Amino acid sequence: MSTTQERGDLTGDLATTSVDLIGSGQEGGILDQVGAWWQRVRAGDMGALPAVGGFVVLSVLFSLLSPFFFTERNFANLMTQAATLVMLGMALVFVILLGEIDLSAGVTAGVTMCIFIVLVNVQGVNWIVALAVAFLIGIAIGTFIGFFVARVGIPSFVVTLGLFLGLQGLELIVIGSGGLYRVQIPEILAIQNSNLPTWGGWVMLVVVLLVSGVTSFVDRRRRSAAGVPNRTIALVWAKLAVFAVLGGLAVFLLNRNRGQAPTILNGQEVGGNIVEGVPIVVPFVLVILWVGTFVLDRTKYGRYIYAIGGNPEAARRSGIKVVTIRWTAFIVCSFLAVFAGLFSISKVGSVDAAAGRDLVLSGVAAAVVGGVSLFGGRGRLIHAAIGALVIAVITNGLGLLNLPAGVNYLVTGGVLVLAATVDAVSRVRAGGTILRT
Amino acid sequence: MSVPIIELTDVVKSFGPVSVLKGVSLRAYPGKVTALVGDNGAGKSTLIKGLAGVQPYDSGSVRFDGEEVSLHSPRDASRLGVEVVYQDLALCDNLDIVQNMFLGREETRLGTFDEGRMEREASDTLRSLSVRTVKSVRQKVSSLSGGQRQTVAIARAVLKKARVVILDEPTAALGVAQTEQVLALVRRLADQGVAVIIISHNLADVFAVADHISVLYLGQMVADLETRATTRDDVVGYITGTKTMGVSA
Repeated sequence: MSTTQERGDLTGDLATTSVDLIGSGQEGGILDQVGAWWQRVRAGDMGALPAVGGFVVLSVLFSLLSPFFFTERNFANLMTQAATLVMLGMALVFVILLGEIDLSAGVTAGVTMCIFIVLVNVQGVNWIVALAVAFLIGIAIGTFIGFFVARVGIPSFVVTLGLFLGLQGLELIVIGSGGLYRVQIPEILAIQNSNLPTWGGWVMLVVVLLVSGVTSFVDRRRRSAAGVPNRTIALVWAKLAVFAVLGGLAVFLLNRNRGQAPTILNGQEVGGNIVEGVPIVVPFVLVILWVGTFVLDRTKYGRYIYAIGGNPEAARRSGIKVVTIRWTAFIVCSFLAVFAGLFSISKVGSVDAAAGRDLVLSGVAAAVVGGVSLFGGRGRLIHAAIGALVIAVITNGLGLLNLPAGVNYLVTGGVLVLAATVDAVSRVRAGGTILRT
Repeated sequence: MSVPIIELTDVVKSFGPVSVLKGVSLRAYPGKVTALVGDNGAGKSTLIKGLAGVQPYDSGSVRFDGEEVSLHSPRDASRLGVEVVYQDLALCDNLDIVQNMFLGREETRLGTFDEGRMEREASDTLRSLSVRTVKSVRQKVSSLSGGQRQTVAIARAVLKKARVVILDEPTAALGVAQTEQVLALVRRLADQGVAVIIISHNLADVFAVADHISVLYLGQMVADLETRATTRDDVVGYITGTKTMGVSA
C-alpha cells in the first residue's frame, strides 16, 4: 500500500492521536464519548433530547396533578392510545426526511379501514382478504401521490391536500353519511384490547436485548476487520443496561394486574377481572420500528432518502435515482399509514365516515415534536415514536384532569409550534439556513 | 512530452443558431495541471459539460489514452474515469464526510453497509492527499469550512480512482489561507498521476498551480501555453482578444 510513504508526512497532533488514520470520533473512553455527544447537542444536533425531556416533565407533572395518571391501568392505556399516532408518525418520517409532507396519511388510514370494514361487514369477504385489499389500496394511494410529486413535480403539500379532501369524499361514499360499522373481528380487536401472557412480555424484552446486542457486535466486528477504531465497549453495555432497566420496568408494570377489583357481595367476591400483560400492539410497533430503522440506517435505500433530503442535486449527480426514491417513499408512507388505521379501529371498535380525519396533523406533529426536521434530511423513526408518546401523554393527562377538549388542542398546537421553532433554531446553529433551496 | 490522457480535437457545439464551440482542441496530461481560462461566454462551461457527458459535442473527436471514445452520458465519463468537481459543490450537508465520499456507491456486505471499510478507505484517501485540516471523517459536512468542503469534494473524485479531474472554479468562494490549501491539494492530486483540468478566473491561482494554460476566446482555443514560458500580461491579452497566436493549437 502507498500509505507507508506518507506516514512520515504526518506531523503535529494527527500523528500523536492515531498512527495511520484520520480520527472518526469513535476514539477515547466513555467520558470522551459523552463529551463529544454534548458538543453535538450544543452545536444544535439535539435529536430526540427535547422530546424525551418533555415526556419526563409532562409525566411528572401529570403524576402530581392526578392520582390516576401513574397507575398500571393508565400506563397500559397510554400505550394503546399512543399506538396509532406512533405508527402514523413513523409512516410520515419517510416523506418528511425528503423534505416533503403527506397531509393525507391520516385519511389514507381512514379510507382503507372504511373499505376494509364494508368488505367484511357488508360484502361478507374473509377479513384476511379484506385486509390485503386495504393494504393494496394504501399502496395504490401512495403510488398516486408519488406519481404527481416525483414525476409530475407538483408540491407534495398540494397533492396531498387534494387527497385529504378527496379521500374524505370517498369515505362518505363508501360508508354513507352518518353510517357507522362495528368491528367484530376478534383478531383485529385483539391487537389493542388483548395482552401477551406475562411470560411473553419477558420473552419480548429478551429478544429486544439480543437483537440490539447482536447488531452492536456485528458492527464492531466489521469495524475491527477494516482496522478502524471502535467505540469503547462500555457504551454497548451501558446501552443494553438502559434497555434492560427501562424495558424491564415497563414489562413489570404491564404484567401487574390492572383489572377491576372484585366487589364483595354477601361475603362472596363478585365481578372483577384480571387484566395483565403487555398489549399485543406493542410488539407490533417494535417490529415495524426496528425494520424501518434498519432500512433507514443500514441500506442504500435509507441512505439515499437522507441524501435527497439533504441535497437533491448532489444526490442526482451521485447517480441516485431521485425520482424512484421519492416515489417509493410515498408508497412506504401510505402503506404504513394503513397499520395506523388498523390500530385505530382496533382501539375504537368502530369505523365511521370521518375515520382518520383528525389524525393528520397529529401525525406530523408527532414527528416534528420528536425532532424530525420538516426541512428534510434529519430525524429517525424513534424520534417520531417518542414525539407521539409526548402528544399522547398530553391528551391522556389533560383528559384525566377533566379539562375541556379545547385545552387539549391548544396545548398540543403550542407544543408543535415550540418543536418546530426548536427545529428551525437548531438548524441554524448546525450551520444550515432556514430557507429551503 | 508524454501521451495525453485526454485529447479533444476540433470539437463543435452549437445551441440552435448560436455556435458556442467552433472547433476546439484541448489536451490534458497525466500528472499535469492544465488551466482552462477565458472570459465569461468563451465556452468553458460548454467544453466541460461535453467532457462530463452532460451535453455531448455535436462533432469532433475525443481520444482517451490515444483511443477514440464516445462521450454521450455522465455514465460514459464516469466509466472512463472523468470526474467533475462542480463549483456549487455537490455535497449533502446532513451527511458526514464518509457518507458523502461514498454516496451512490456505498460498500455493502449482505445488503447492509460496511461502515468500517468505507471509513477506512475514506481515511486512506484523505491521507494520501495529505489532508490535515479534517479532524474526524465522521464530521457532518454542515460543520465544515468552504476549503474543507472543497477538499472532501476532490477526495471524492480521487476515491473513484478518477484519471481526469475537472475542477470548476475551486477557489472562487475561499479566503486566502483556504485557497492556499486547496491549491496545494490540486498539486498533490496531479502528483498522484491524475490529469487535472482547472477552470479559474483567478490568474494568480492559475500561475501558482498550472503547468499549461489554454485560453478560450469566443469559442476558439486561441492559445496553448506553458506556464513557465508566458506572462500574466500575455494571458490577459489572449483572454480579452487583444493578442492572438495566429494558429490555434
